[in-house]
Amino acid sequence: MRRLCLLLFLMTPVALAASPAAAERLVTSLSNHRVMVTSNFTGEELVLFGGIEQDSASQPRRSGYDIVVTVAGPRQTTVAFRKERMLGIWVNADSRVFEDAPAYLAVLSNRPLDAIASTETLRRLQLGLDHIPLPQRASVNIAGSGSDDPFRVALIKLKSDQGLYSEATNGVTLLAATLFRASIPLPAEVPIGTYEVDVRLFADGAQIARAPAPFEVYKSGFEQVMTNAARDHGVLYGLATAIMALTTGWFASVVFRRD
Amino acid sequence: MQIYLPIADLPVNVLVILAMGVAVGFISGMFGIGGGFLMTPLLIFLGISPGVAVASVTGHIAASSMSGAISYWRRRAIDVALCFMLLAGGIIGTAVGVWLFTFLRGIGQLDITIGVSYVLLLDIVGALMVAESVRAILRARAGKPTELRRPGSHTWIHGLPFKLRFKRSRIYVSAIPVWGIGFLIGFVGAIMGIGGGFLLVPMLIYLLRVPTATVIGTSMVLTLVTMASATVMHAATNHLVDALLALILMAGGVTGAQFGARAGQKMRGERLRLLLGLLVLAVGIRFALNLVLTPESLYSLRLADPDA
Repeated sequence: MRRLCLLLFLMTPVALAASPAAAERLVTSLSNHRVMVTSNFTGEELVLFGGIEQDSASQPRRSGYDIVVTVAGPRQTTVAFRKERMLGIWVNADSRVFEDAPAYLAVLSNRPLDAIASTETLRRLQLGLDHIPLPQRASVNIAGSGSDDPFRVALIKLKSDQGLYSEATNGVTLLAATLFRASIPLPAEVPIGTYEVDVRLFADGAQIARAPAPFEVYKSGFEQVMTNAARDHGVLYGLATAIMALTTGWFASVVFRRD
Repeated sequence: MQIYLPIADLPVNVLVILAMGVAVGFISGMFGIGGGFLMTPLLIFLGISPGVAVASVTGHIAASSMSGAISYWRRRAIDVALCFMLLAGGIIGTAVGVWLFTFLRGIGQLDITIGVSYVLLLDIVGALMVAESVRAILRARAGKPTELRRPGSHTWIHGLPFKLRFKRSRIYVSAIPVWGIGFLIGFVGAIMGIGGGFLLVPMLIYLLRVPTATVIGTSMVLTLVTMASATVMHAATNHLVDALLALILMAGGVTGAQFGARAGQKMRGERLRLLLGLLVLAVGIRFALNLVLTPESLYSLRLADPDA
């Protein structure tokens, strides 16, 4: 333990010394920081603009810059069920609980991730749908299994089918050498909550800068009132719905009365 | 015309939902049933989660049975005493059903329970109705008179104690089967999002020998009260009732029901029963295939309950 501390202590100045050498800085701007879900919401596309600021210390990069943008939606504990045939019918037999899995996940980049950095680097930085951590709550292993775990694969597949998980290797466009644009597709089913946008700058296969750009998806007045009422005042909401039903029925019988 | 449903959390086309309401309302008006057994699967097919579909359809059925019940009330075709006795069982059945619904949702077996219940109920009831109406049609073809109600024919049900007299229906029957039927209807209604009219009407006719004159009106009042209370209970326990969805369904449903009722009056009773039987059977077979055929994906996702 003490040796480890010593080692870390010795490494600190090296790390500090290394950062000024890579002196690029990321400047980002989102087209909208608050996405409002109204009654006619059918999805939206957010645009993220970014610039790479260089200073006198930055050296020219041999292969140019690469950008990887990871957008992670609000965390939701999600259960994945697997069906099995029992007595001739398909029943939910086995399940895994994914603790705080992002409800929305988009990995956008200007070219394929494996061309930007090595698999080792991507795994270490937890970049891409293959490497994103999706911890499972289970007695077997809490840390989550490898990227070939069938439940993990199924979660990503089902979420991708809903348009909630995506990986786009053309999601980022480099407009100029130091200027880029990323489009974040938000489908209509997009969950409400806070979204973290993690912009990473790569050069020569290594990450050299990183910047956050969070945004929020929220419901508009009417939608919010309904959601709150249903959640916080269930009985009153139910009574109101029931009375609405009876009134509609009564109204119809008056309107269509024939005798 | 898209509209975002606040509880279902997804946008739907208002016209599609409205059209579904009209279509199911037409069928329900024609046969004197709630139509929930058609509406719930249709909503699930649109991508609305089974829980929200079941919970919201209860409101829709309450509305359509309300408009039906009022017109039967005007014709004095409702046995109020029988209603109260059925309701006594129905409310308890609904409460137990909502509780079981919440429990099954927690352990992830809600879909399969809804699926198996649908298959068993629809296939059995559908087959019985088809068989009965075909026999009636054949009998009519052969020129024999249609089977009359035999007041003297008693079954074991009529031997039970706690007998009560229901004046409007002119029956004298034990309270136990009346409560039992009420309980069963409330129970399956809450779990499956159906009013249970297609179950209640045959049970009242064949088990309790309630005359056809009062059976549909009485069934509508029972459906109305169980479904209105199921709406409240679902809203209070599961928070899954989408009032906006329910409102669109209602608007279509009550309109369709009026035209359905007119169409239904022009048809002969046994033809009507045969059609309804075939419809019920077809939906049941569709559900059976769903359970037996290998699904497209073996996996499904569900949000964990925050309070679980």
